[in-house]
This record gives sequence, structure tokens and C-alpha cells, in this order.
Amino acid sequence: MALPLAFPRVVSIKRGETISDTLPDSVIHFRAVTRHFDDVIAVGGFSLSVAAGSFVALVGASGSGKSTLMKMVNGLEQPTTGQVMFAGEDVSTQPPAKLRRRIGYVFQSIGLFPHMNVAENIGIGPRLSGQRLSDGRVRELLELVELDADMASRMPDELSGGQRQRVGVARALANYPELLLMDEPFGALDPITRDALGGRVRELHDKFGLTTIMVTHDMAEALLLADRVLVMDAGLIVADETPAALLAGKGGEIAQGLVAVPRAQADKLARMEREGSRS
Amino acid sequence: MNGFWNALMGLGPQLSAHVLLSASAIALGILVALPLAVWASRSPPVARVTLGFASLVQTIPALALLALFFPILLSLRAVFGEGLPTLGFLPALLALALYALLPILRNAVTAQANLDPGVLEAADGVGMTKWQKLKLIEAPLSAPFIMAGIRTASVWTIGAATLATTIGQPSLGDPIFAGLQTQNWVLVLAGCFASAGLALITDALLGLIERGMASRKRGLAIGGMAAVALGIAAALFAQFGGGERDRILIGAKGFSEQYVLARLIGQRLKAKGYAVEYRDGLGSAVAHSAVSSGDIDLLVDYTGTIWANQMKRSDNPAREQMYAEISEWEQQTSGTKVLGRMGFENAYGLAVRRDVADARNLNSIADLANIAPQLTIGGDPEFFERPEWIAVRDAYGLRFGQNRNFAPTFMYNALRSGEADAISAYTSDGRIAADNLVVLDDPAGAFPNYDAILLVSPDRAEDAALLSALTPVIDTIDVDAMREANYAVDRDTDKLTPDEAARMLATRVGL
Repeated sequence: MALPLAFPRVVSIKRGETISDTLPDSVIHFRAVTRHFDDVIAVGGFSLSVAAGSFVALVGASGSGKSTLMKMVNGLEQPTTGQVMFAGEDVSTQPPAKLRRRIGYVFQSIGLFPHMNVAENIGIGPRLSGQRLSDGRVRELLELVELDADMASRMPDELSGGQRQRVGVARALANYPELLLMDEPFGALDPITRDALGGRVRELHDKFGLTTIMVTHDMAEALLLADRVLVMDAGLIVADETPAALLAGKGGEIAQGLVAVPRAQADKLARMEREGSRS
Repeated sequence: MNGFWNALMGLGPQLSAHVLLSASAIALGILVALPLAVWASRSPPVARVTLGFASLVQTIPALALLALFFPILLSLRAVFGEGLPTLGFLPALLALALYALLPILRNAVTAQANLDPGVLEAADGVGMTKWQKLKLIEAPLSAPFIMAGIRTASVWTIGAATLATTIGQPSLGDPIFAGLQTQNWVLVLAGCFASAGLALITDALLGLIERGMASRKRGLAIGGMAAVALGIAAALFAQFGGGERDRILIGAKGFSEQYVLARLIGQRLKAKGYAVEYRDGLGSAVAHSAVSSGDIDLLVDYTGTIWANQMKRSDNPAREQMYAEISEWEQQTSGTKVLGRMGFENAYGLAVRRDVADARNLNSIADLANIAPQLTIGGDPEFFERPEWIAVRDAYGLRFGQNRNFAPTFMYNALRSGEADAISAYTSDGRIAADNLVVLDDPAGAFPNYDAILLVSPDRAEDAALLSALTPVIDTIDVDAMREANYAVDRDTDKLTPDEAARMLATRVGL
């Protein structure tokens, strides 16, 4: 039982668990999870581990079950059958509020609290556990998402969409999370902001050694940011590859269908550029 | 104009009572509506049931809702004991709070339903417990909408609280009802003006709070709240600040004679150093229950009324025997003391205009019976439900073409204008002589005797000082004196207030 603990996370092994379930480098483990909404099967029953420190993209069409799968980790969705383990514990056995305070959550509609200013929005997580964010820490978090410190006193309705989502990311990071969950985080942003913020989030992921799961329908975004891409279709995982492997043609028909779109666009742009320079 | 300002300035006690009643009812409404709204926002069936119930309550006329609490509280005495008040503040509070429920509940539920789902998801996502989510997100974001509901409820409640007068709770309805009964329009106007003014001021202050909440200007909201709190505190001080003295509550049913006699007794007691309050405009049944349950201390009632309505007797004994039996019955059933007769009788009688009586050759009710199908009879709102009417109707076989209800004062106008051909007149009414009316004979003796008698509530029945202060008014007022005083209040010009008429009456009978 003397496993080399490569990561400084405490892993307890409970009776009835196999060692592979609790491999020290897997921070999340889905065990035979399904999720049914009446007759509709959103998640069709599979097991899956996410290694600590990895940046995983969940890609698929609308209704493929990717959001549902991710939200089972922070208890916004419950599996119909099966178990979700986070840091060695079954998430269903923990009080949801406590669990979520350890997990950063960023989503498309952002959900800044309209009656609180930027600093209060960022400080909400620590406030819930009875702490107050110092002005210095607020400044630091704003800096991390490339916002001016004087934004702290602004109200959400005074910000642009991109600025709001930057505040959303800062809010998710305020509690020093072990895990960052992002549900179409950049879906509503203009392409330039989207690119800049995406890159910034990846930098922060590396800087803080986060584990990140990002749900997106945009394969290009997944390929550019993630180091592992899971493709979902009709509640099942149909591909589990690195970006390089996907670009090399692996992962099957559905995954390749999704890869083909940005690739064709890139080829076309490259061709236009060549033809333009020729003329 | 002078009279109007005087009437308005005299409304201090009613205004403070009105403010306290309305504020308590709204506070209770909020206290009940907000938790219900939270529950309803988490459970659609609860939302359906609570909103359905609150809407149903709204469809009940406010007056009926107020009146309904009397029997409800009366039956609850079985649980809470005899000390439970059935008239006055408690039923008014409960009825008005029920009335205030709907706008608050509906706005709160709507506000919750319209909260941005993204904000709610974020609240869960950052790890709020249910309580934190309610306190930090749902409540502050719903507050301006809930405040708008409270505003609506407040304006409704302040308006409806004027009706509390009818169940013995002082309010700005006192001058309105008293003025309506005595056709004193200045008094009605003063009451309406005060109640509308109160509603407008409250609406403006609550609007200030609402705007402060919506625009997140804390100063504005707190300023508005402070102003409202100040108003309520002033009302509290006005109501209770003078130190609670021993107050005698004198009840009066909704017609001039009752107002005048209540004042006559009140003036005497004040002269003896008592603090006196009036509970005006009570319905006949409510008034009797109020005195026998101790909600009021004194009431002038009428032997025939008690005989037929409270004792449910249909026989018609001689005057002395009826009086003795009533005294005995009051003593036995509730301990209410019949102190004595006032000295006059105010019987029901059927009256017609003299020209009609002459033309149709009418002398008695029996004569009327022959032509009744061609005629319209007018009665006060209680008359056609009263056993006395049923007895008379059956004794003479009366079948009128049409029965119409009028407020007592308007009954005489209706007779004059020909809208009614015969009315249920009161024999002590000054307008019988003034309007040249004929009260038809009752050869069958179907109407009982209606001696005015003074009732003392069970709590005061042994109060020797009070009884000795009251005794001088017993057997002093003859029917002519009473008619004169009634007419002074009821006539269309040169009207006296009940207070003035009572002084005139006291002088005339030598009190």
C-alpha cells in the first residue's frame, strides 16, 4: 500500500475501492455515472479519471451531456447512478456549499451579483466562510485577470462583457481553488477578448498548478488551450485524446468531424493569404 | 370651512388609532407574506395555494371580512378563553392583515420568479448555503419589488381601515360613519380627507424607500424608514403616552339617537372625572354582543330588539313583564346589568306621508295590507331580516310590491321623494313630525315594546361609583325631548353635532 505520493494531496483509500480509483494523480474520478432527465439520457454511464494539474476540454454539440457531466463535480447536478469522487471523497457525501467553496466556477452567463461592486463580487467566496479579502488581495486578483485596480469600486453594469467575465474568473480564483470548472466561459465574448482571456486563463492554470475542466462547443478553443480533449456525443465519450493526437487524425469520426471545421477554416485562410501574396 | 378645519383638528385620537391599526396590520401582513413567499418560490404547489387563497380573500368585501372575524373569534374563545377580544383592535388587525397579504405575497413571488437565473447559478456556484443565498442575493434583489407590494398593501389597508369603525375599533372611519348617519357632510369630508392624506403621505414615504432600494441609495431608504418609524412612534405616544387611565367605552349603533345618548352619558362621566371613548356605528347584533362580552362598557339598547333578536322570543308580553324578563335574562346569560329605562320608547312603526295617508285613507297597518302590492316599502339595512318585521308581516299578511334598503337617514328622503311609499320609521325620530308623517296604528300589537334601556357590561356591573354616576340619567328623557334632539342632528340645515345635541338635551331634561 506504500504508494509514492507524487502530489501533495492527501488521498485516503476507503474499503471497497480499488487502488486505480484513487491513484494519487487523479483528482477527479467518475465511477459508472449516468444522469437521466425523465426519458432523456444526458450522461450514459462510464468511468473516467482526471489527473491533477491537467487542463481538460469537454467538447461536443449542444445536448451531448458535457455540461451535465462537469456540473456533477461541484454538485450542481447529481448522478442518477454511479459516483463522482473529488480529492478522494464522494461529492454526494459532502455539504454542497462547502464543496463548492473549494472549486472555482466560471460560466457563460457570468452571474456577477448586480447589487455588489467588483471587489465585493470577487470577495464573495471568502466572505461566505467568514473572511474578508484585503484590498491588496483584490488588487492582486484584478491584476491576474488584467484589470485596473480602480475597477474594484465599479458596479457590474458599468463593465463591458469581457471585463465582467474577467471579474468572473477573478471571483473563481479568490478562494485558492484546487479545481477550476468552466462552462462555455468565453461563449458570449467577442473573438479578440475571447482569445486574450482564454490565453490568460491557461497561464493562470499553469502558474497555480490548477486542475481545470472546460466545457466548450468550440474545438479550436479546446485544441489551443487544453492538454486533453474529451469529445462527447449523446451522453457518451467518443474520443479521449491529446490535441496533437486529434490533429494527427485520431479519435474517430465524430471527433474528426469537429476538428475538420477549424482545420478547413485555417487552410482556407492560409490559401487566401498565399493567393493574396501572389497577386 | 371653519367647521371643516375644526372637525379635522379634532381627529387626533382617531388618526393615531388609524395609524397604529394600519401599521400593525401591514407589519403582520409582511411577517406572514415573506416566509410564505420564500416557501412559494421553492414549491410551485405552495405558490398556487397561497396566491389562490390570498386572491380569494381579496374578493371578500372588506366590510364583510371585518364582520366575519366577530363570529370566528367568538368561537375561538372555546380555545383561548373568555379573555379573547371579539371586537375592536384584534379582529380589525386580523382582517386587514389578511387583506394586505395579497399584494405583498404576489410581488414577492413575482420578484423571486424574475431573478436572473445566471445570478442564482453563480450564488450556488460560489458555495452559498440556502440561507446565505436568500440573505445575500434573493432578498436584496427582490427588495424593491417587495417594497412596491408593501406600498400597494399600505394604501389599501389605510383605506379599508376606515371600515374598522363598524366593529368597534376607533379609526378615521368614525367621522365618516358618524357623518353619514347624521348627514353631517363636513364630518364625512374631514374623515375622508384625513384618511386620503394619510394614504398619500405613506405612499410617498414608502416610495422613497423603494427608490432608495432600487437605486442602492442607502440614505434615501433609511431616511424613508426613519420618517415612517417617526410617524408610528408619534401615533404610539399619542395613543398611550398620556398614561393609561380608566377608560369607559360607550357604544353607539349607527343612528343619531344612539350618538346623542352616548354623548349625553359620556359628558356626564367626563364631568365626574372619567376618561371616555366612544365606539360608534356598531351594528345592532354586534353592539349587544360587545356590551355583554365587555368589549364596550355601556350601551343604550331597546327592549323589543333584545326580546326578538337576542332572546329569540316571538310572544309579545306587557311592558313591565318584558322588562323584568330581559333584566333576568341578561343577568343569567352574561352578567350584563340592565341599569334602567332611559324614559322614552323608540319603537319601530310603519310610517307614510300624510298626503298619501289621506288619499288612500290609511289609519292602521291593516289598511296598508290591502294596497301593499302596489307599494314600495323602505327599511333600514337590518329591518327586513329582523324578527319584528317578520312578525308584523305575518300578522297583517303584508306583501309589498318591492322591499328596499336605505341607510336610516336616507329612508326619510326616499319617502319624501316617493322612492318609497312606506318606511320602517322610529317613533322617537324628530323627522316624523318635521316631515308631517303618519305612523300607522298597530291594532294587532305585532310590534313589541321598544323602551330604551341602559346596559352595563358584566365587568362594570358591580362598579358602584360608575353606577351612581349613571343613575341620574335613568328615567329622565321623554320622547318629545329625544325627538327634538334627534331632529337637531338629522335636519338638513342648521345641524347640531351629536355632542351639541346631547348638551341641549341635557339642559332640556334638567341634567
